Amino acid sequence: MTHSTSTSTASTYVPDRGKSTGVTAVSPGGGPRRPVLRRVRDWFAAFVFTVPALALFGMLVLLPMGYAFYISFFNWGGFGSPTDSVGFDNYTRLFQDPVFLGDLWRGVLLVAFSLVLQLPFALAMAVLLNQRLRGRAVYRMLFFAPYILSEVITGVLFSMIFAPGDGLADKVLGAVGLDGLGGLWFAGQNTVLPTLFLVMTWKYFGFHMMLYLAGLQGIPAELHEAARIDGAGGWQRFRHVTLPLLAPTLRISVFLSVIGAIQLFDLVWVISAGGPDHHSETMVISMFQYGFKRYQMGYASAISVAMFLISLVFALAYQRFVLRRDTEGAITTMRANR
Amino acid sequence: MSAVVKSAVVKNTVPKSVVRRRRLRTLPVYVILWLVGAVMVTPLLYALVSGFKSTDQLSSNTFGLPHPWVTSNYTSLLASGPFWRSVGSSTLIAVATALLTVGASALAAYALARFAFRGREVLFTVFTMGLMFPFAVAILPLFILLRTFGLLDNPWGVILPQAAFGLPMTIVILRGFFREIPGELEEAATLDGCSPFGFFWRILLPLARPALGTVSVLAIVGSWNNFLLPLLVFSEPTWWTVPVGIQQFQGQYASDVARIFAYLVLAMAPALAFYAVAERQLIGGITLGATKG
Repeated sequence: MTHSTSTSTASTYVPDRGKSTGVTAVSPGGGPRRPVLRRVRDWFAAFVFTVPALALFGMLVLLPMGYAFYISFFNWGGFGSPTDSVGFDNYTRLFQDPVFLGDLWRGVLLVAFSLVLQLPFALAMAVLLNQRLRGRAVYRMLFFAPYILSEVITGVLFSMIFAPGDGLADKVLGAVGLDGLGGLWFAGQNTVLPTLFLVMTWKYFGFHMMLYLAGLQGIPAELHEAARIDGAGGWQRFRHVTLPLLAPTLRISVFLSVIGAIQLFDLVWVISAGGPDHHSETMVISMFQYGFKRYQMGYASAISVAMFLISLVFALAYQRFVLRRDTEGAITTMRANR
Repeated sequence: MSAVVKSAVVKNTVPKSVVRRRRLRTLPVYVILWLVGAVMVTPLLYALVSGFKSTDQLSSNTFGLPHPWVTSNYTSLLASGPFWRSVGSSTLIAVATALLTVGASALAAYALARFAFRGREVLFTVFTMGLMFPFAVAILPLFILLRTFGLLDNPWGVILPQAAFGLPMTIVILRGFFREIPGELEEAATLDGCSPFGFFWRILLPLARPALGTVSVLAIVGSWNNFLLPLLVFSEPTWWTVPVGIQQFQGQYASDVARIFAYLVLAMAPALAFYAVAERQLIGGITLGATKG
């Protein structure tokens, strides 16, 4: 290496940007290919740098994922090695399991609630807080603060606030003479999901608001100014300037909302553990119950795999049909770089 | 046009009547913000104040200030070993997770951003796919794996998987950042005899300090709030983290509601304090991470 010219040495580390592949990164000195020795050295350095991450990722993410697929084909209690192969039985059982089908339905409901209520509310708050207002920073911090708290803290806190009779919620309703509206909250089969949604909105709307605020900052003030001069009112400016320009952010926030609903566990586990009578159960809770409480590891793995496939299909479809228009987004960016 | 700009920019020239009208117009906005703010803050304040009551007081005097102020709920917790042990455990696990995640990610992101080698984009794609894997999918086999390796009831049993699942997001953010650093800098360093690792360690990492701060904060918050994994890994109270500790505490003192409120407040305090300090990093990281993911 010592006898190589300085220019070609430098070229070793020229970062290749964008679409070029490794082979085309040639030395400015003129050679069409980099010397073999250097390519080997580059490859070796890259290998050494990626090994820690690859080892961690392979051992603790990819391997378990693969193993989940494997044991989903067995009837297995979790001890010894799985031997009782049952083919696709665990998967056919999924489609007949009212709990699992209920999980899907409840997931859809929570997503629908989020799209219709939570996200528009977050957007409204973002638009309000994007104006010049006194104490704006304080409101932002306050609205976002619950997102920092762990799901468990939030869950315990609200399980006490919505405790039937003695909780803050019932006491407040009683104090204003609306005792009739109070009730079982998390303990009622029909009330548990709406109450849960209230708590989720309290906890998560600030996160979406922050995303929108970041998006709103990216909209040039001149556009609003121009629309104003053209005589557009507040609503028209929102509808025809803000909303279209915020669309990429909105699409990402919807995506995160759905993925979040699929993975919901901590909050529900602490508040109701899926009860009463499965009325707040989510897929992860079913998986946990079957796997770690009833030792049906095979069936629980099938639920895991179903969850994975649902996320994957949703993610791919969403990337393909919705996020396609955006320059941002993991898959689209990946494709652009390929 | 110029008149509009002038009135917007030069504040002092705005007549008083306009200011008054503007204030009247923004009044509903403030009312809404006040209402939402009240809803947001009430649960937190309620917990704080309730911690100073006895459980009897809580049901007889729900809204008023404590009378008398009971400090024993807080002081008994602050004097208790298990509480501090869980705080210590959470802290240790969060810091170790952050170091491991950011360390391994920075190295990988460096290679993925600045080296040209065959299979680089495939490798990056593999990592970014990890963004879409729900953690819960892997938890069951992960548990079996950790049991096989004897990592149950061992902090590494939580740290290693958390770091592994933190890699995709961290690598995506850091890679983007490393790509921004000009190639000339690397050439100059190489001319001066810097090895690839020397450039990484002495030039790239110091330059990327803001990005490193952001991803570290994300890793710490993620670890601090994690529940499912520590719940499964730690069957003995020795290493219980704060979320696991709270859940067990709630089960144990179910009838002593005031004490649970006090526990909640003490458990919230570190997270909210950390938020106040690292607000910018956190929000920057979340908006960046979200749009990248």
